[in-house]
Amino acid sequence: MSEAIKKFLYLNRRAPYGTIYAWESLEVVLIGAAFDQDVSLAFLDDGVYQIVKGQDTAAIEMKNFSPTYAALGDYDVTKLYVEKESLEERGLTIDDLMDLKWEDEDEDWAEKDSIKVVSRFELARIMEGQDVVFSF
Amino acid sequence: MKFAIQINEGPYQHQASDSAYLFTKTALEKGHEIFRVFFYHDGVNNGTRLTTPPQDDRHVVNRWAELGEKYDLDLVVCVAAAQRRGIVDDGEAERNGKDATNIHPRFRISGLGQLVEAAIQSERLMVFGD
Amino acid sequence: MSELHTVNKSPFEKSSFASCLEHVLEGSAVLLYEDGIYAATKGTAVEGKLKSAQGVKFYVLGPDLKARGLGEDRVIDGVEIVDYEAFVDLAAEHSKVVAWV
Repeated sequence: MSEAIKKFLYLNRRAPYGTIYAWESLEVVLIGAAFDQDVSLAFLDDGVYQIVKGQDTAAIEMKNFSPTYAALGDYDVTKLYVEKESLEERGLTIDDLMDLKWEDEDEDWAEKDSIKVVSRFELARIMEGQDVVFSF
Repeated sequence: MKFAIQINEGPYQHQASDSAYLFTKTALEKGHEIFRVFFYHDGVNNGTRLTTPPQDDRHVVNRWAELGEKYDLDLVVCVAAAQRRGIVDDGEAERNGKDATNIHPRFRISGLGQLVEAAIQSERLMVFGD
Repeated sequence: MSELHTVNKSPFEKSSFASCLEHVLEGSAVLLYEDGIYAATKGTAVEGKLKSAQGVKFYVLGPDLKARGLGEDRVIDGVEIVDYEAFVDLAAEHSKVVAWV
């Protein structure tokens, strides 16, 4: 296959654990990384709860899949857009989120932030620039 | 035009599979191509041959299978989601030591890569969910 | 080419419709179907949201409207009632489809 690389956006609008959408969506991101497309993730609405730090699921007997987000950088998934308004509406700030990093091979493996907080309007523009939007 | 269809919900509980079916059928009748129909999350339950709705109701599974037969559709059930929900074909039964299978023969179980490939190969991805 | 956004949930049950409208850009289109059709009807508490979306074209799926007992006269002026054929056309005509599931 020699198609041009497509711009993929995974739209995350659901909280974790209450339903399986967040986890199974993450599984698509991991598998999709092998296809070498231009991948971005958007966290908006309740989706911002997916990357809140300090998740501990032991007492609900479910798998804590939040550490997987920290591994995304190793899969070259380095663009995680978090909507500012969604955070604010939920009483959250970026300090409540996991510190997700990726290492830039082109800059001597310098650590860089994967999360970029963007405004609602910026996110709408980011969505506009995509070829494919996945919703789960 | 080439479409890919993603279905996130099972039959009857949600309208998603019905809407996806009518969209797919209409697109085919209009001469469009459906690259693949991918069943994910609870959508894998659209692929069980054991579904038995009341006679005066539509048969969501058979309806997909018949459309699949007519247009040679690639109806793919996600393996990871299927394993969680007990949708099993011969290969999966053997690998996981199960004593039965329930996949409808017109569907096939395959990996998530099939969804990503469908999104790459198609001009439009249509998502039907909750 | 602009985007087609789809909303299939009632605006009274979920935030999909509100969230969609907050992200839809001028020149784009929104198709309301399944329980999303309730957002296209007159006299509701959310009618103003649809009406204040500038430069956005709204469509509502007729079969879902009819199934729920809502006549065409209940649809907000300017919202176009479409069938599945037009749904397919809309998906093909726009550069991509964003599903607010």
